[in-house]
Amino acid sequence: MHINKNIAISETGFVFNPLTGDSFSTNQVGQEILRKLQGGTNQEELLKHLTEKFNIDKTTLEKDMTDFMLMLNSYQILMDDEKA
Amino acid sequence: MKKRKITVGVTGLNNIDSPGPGIPVIRALKESELFDIRTIGLSYETLEPGLYMHDLVDKSYQIPNPSTGTSSLLQRLEYIHRQEKLDLIIPNFDAELHNFIKLAPQLKSDYNIATFLPTQKQFEARHKSVLYEFGEQNEVKVPFAKMIFSASEIYTLGEEITYPLVVKGKYYDASVAATPEQAVNYFHKISAKWGLPIIIQEFISGNEVNVTAIGDGKGNCVGAVPMRKLYITDKGKAWAGVALEDDKLIDIAKKVISNSKWRGGCELEFIKTKEGEYYLLEMNPRFPAWVYLAVGCGQNHPEALVRLALGEDVNPYESYEVGKMFIRYSFDQIVNMSEFEKISTFGEL
Repeated sequence: MHINKNIAISETGFVFNPLTGDSFSTNQVGQEILRKLQGGTNQEELLKHLTEKFNIDKTTLEKDMTDFMLMLNSYQILMDDEKA
Repeated sequence: MKKRKITVGVTGLNNIDSPGPGIPVIRALKESELFDIRTIGLSYETLEPGLYMHDLVDKSYQIPNPSTGTSSLLQRLEYIHRQEKLDLIIPNFDAELHNFIKLAPQLKSDYNIATFLPTQKQFEARHKSVLYEFGEQNEVKVPFAKMIFSASEIYTLGEEITYPLVVKGKYYDASVAATPEQAVNYFHKISAKWGLPIIIQEFISGNEVNVTAIGDGKGNCVGAVPMRKLYITDKGKAWAGVALEDDKLIDIAKKVISNSKWRGGCELEFIKTKEGEYYLLEMNPRFPAWVYLAVGCGQNHPEALVRLALGEDVNPYESYEVGKMFIRYSFDQIVNMSEFEKISTFGEL
């Protein structure tokens, strides 16, 4: 799983997918996740980073992250590696 | 740089809820960096809004309906040419193209009026009724389709096409049928409106993506911009859209234009499936009404068409700005009765 390299994320959290033409708004946490993924952070490192930054328990975060990743995947923001 | 002055006749001034491409083409021409263009509107109806857009259309003339044939059209164009000294005509309606393609050599030889149109063979090859064969010839996927002339043929489709399927008119209209009964119903509805044959097409699920493009007739794609509709009217027309970054789609569009040696502007309509496959649904033989988006993205396709028509070599556009959007709007023009009287009575304005 990797983030579509051409996704544009503005400072306000507006996300544009140039491949599909879809656009979304995300909150600060969503922005942080997307930017980290764009920077090449893997999911394990990301979990660790978010747990520390937002002082949240790992189980809840893992569950929320899985939901978020599934959503990103369905909007073609995250792509399967074989579709690279 | 001094701009060259030329006079261009343009049809498709019906800038309505299902707009013709004339006004967007004229906007593109007026923004040309190379030409100072006097635009001559050629209209079929007295209520085509473009007739009254004097900042875009410098002078307008009524022309005879396509069904009246080529001789009456030629006669009218002769008259208009005497008044305006036309350098070029850009027709923008599917239904009139046959006449213009037929007249193109004579317009050039007798009056030095240029056009840049597909050949009759190219025009016929991309008709809805033979699109499947067009796809096979040009190595692009097209949903399987079959022409039928009677509703009873729906029950004999067997395993050739499974449900749901699409029932399409020869020129316009399409409905998705989930059962043979629905398909029969649509057959009668569409054939009553647009005649026979009816096209039965395999249903492909996915997102519609379109490309406005221009070919130089030698196999080169001079420009191509892909777009996804963001807001669709009840007539299925785009009211808003966004330019996409889709290299695979551009490559497919280039392949179609290159293999078919397409000459002129065109619109390619595709369905992109969940698996990322592209199916060509239609190829329209002229610029789409959203062609001005290409100008907004940095590719002036109508200007390129003018240059090609005038016999110039045009270097293909290599890039465009992704993420540019168009949002259409409606606008009530206030028109004096004297103007309406002029176009209605004298056929010119």
